[in-house]
Amino acid sequence: MAIATENLIADLQSTFGTALSNFEEPYGLLTFQTNKDSIIPVLKYLNENETYRFRFLTDVCAVHYPTTKELAVVYHVQSMENNFRLRIKVFIPESNPKIPTATVLYESANWQERETYDFYGVIFEGHPNLVRILNVDDMVAFPMRKEHPLEDPNRIDKNDTYFGR
Amino acid sequence: MSEIKIVSAPEGIEGAGFFATRLDKVVGLARSHSLWPLPFATSCCGIEFMATMGSHYDFARFGSERPSFSPRQADLLMVMGTIAKKMGPVLKQVYLQMAEPRWVIAVGACASSGGIFDTYSVMQGIDEIIPVDVYVPGCPPRPEAIIDGFNRIQDLVKSESMRRRNSPEYQALMTNYGIK
Repeated sequence: MAIATENLIADLQSTFGTALSNFEEPYGLLTFQTNKDSIIPVLKYLNENETYRFRFLTDVCAVHYPTTKELAVVYHVQSMENNFRLRIKVFIPESNPKIPTATVLYESANWQERETYDFYGVIFEGHPNLVRILNVDDMVAFPMRKEHPLEDPNRIDKNDTYFGR
Repeated sequence: MSEIKIVSAPEGIEGAGFFATRLDKVVGLARSHSLWPLPFATSCCGIEFMATMGSHYDFARFGSERPSFSPRQADLLMVMGTIAKKMGPVLKQVYLQMAEPRWVIAVGACASSGGIFDTYSVMQGIDEIIPVDVYVPGCPPRPEAIIDGFNRIQDLVKSESMRRRNSPEYQALMTNYGIK
């Protein structure tokens, strides 16, 4: 019972309409965008649909786009039975990086969302314990955002002329 | 039978049936040849230290027969490897648990300066949190370099006063690091 990509796209578009956009298949991985109000209903539909059975949340991560001042939250879901993967992107503004939590559907989203918060500062509303998971607790910055300096500015031994820059 | 070497006695006055020297010289000599190291190994420098401890390089011949894995009985903290910022408080606590007199050796580029890991998660040298007596350069340093760094520690131990913790410089250094 394989999933046909065209049928899945048609079904999603008929169910959610204009909330979904930018369908593409880079390297054979079906990808589309949605918005932060639709992401949980979309994930819920994919998860609970008896044909698709996207029961496995592979990853939740983020991408920072400093030019457009946006953060993209990226969800990877997989249907083990159908051997089918999906990628869903949600763009949220850097100034108000809030998105509802996926822990209501997937327990595994808990740590993945904590990590995404830790590195990008995405606020997952409704998350049971949204605190840092990998970095030191008293860190104030979100180190994977592009404005975060790559090198420690307090180091005085790194003379640019020695590094050819 | 191999030739057994014995360290020479400190300078003093020798006569028929007696030998007089300074107590701190004797104590320093004894201490320097029975330093118990605490290996705090976090990455590749730790692997080099394993080779140093092994039979080929035989770290034990300098009197470090017993690597102490409890900080309470250790004299020398050997920090070998990248110290992440999250590891910082752990390292500091290990240092605080050591009894005086205590020495610290930073082995390798990472422990000394952060090395190539100039990034948000890595401490840029352990001297940000604890005082360091000897730095061993290298990435990672060869066992010979680690042994040489250890010998420099031995020189320090021999030449320092018996109760260096009472000296105003040492106390100022500790205050500098927020250690009472």
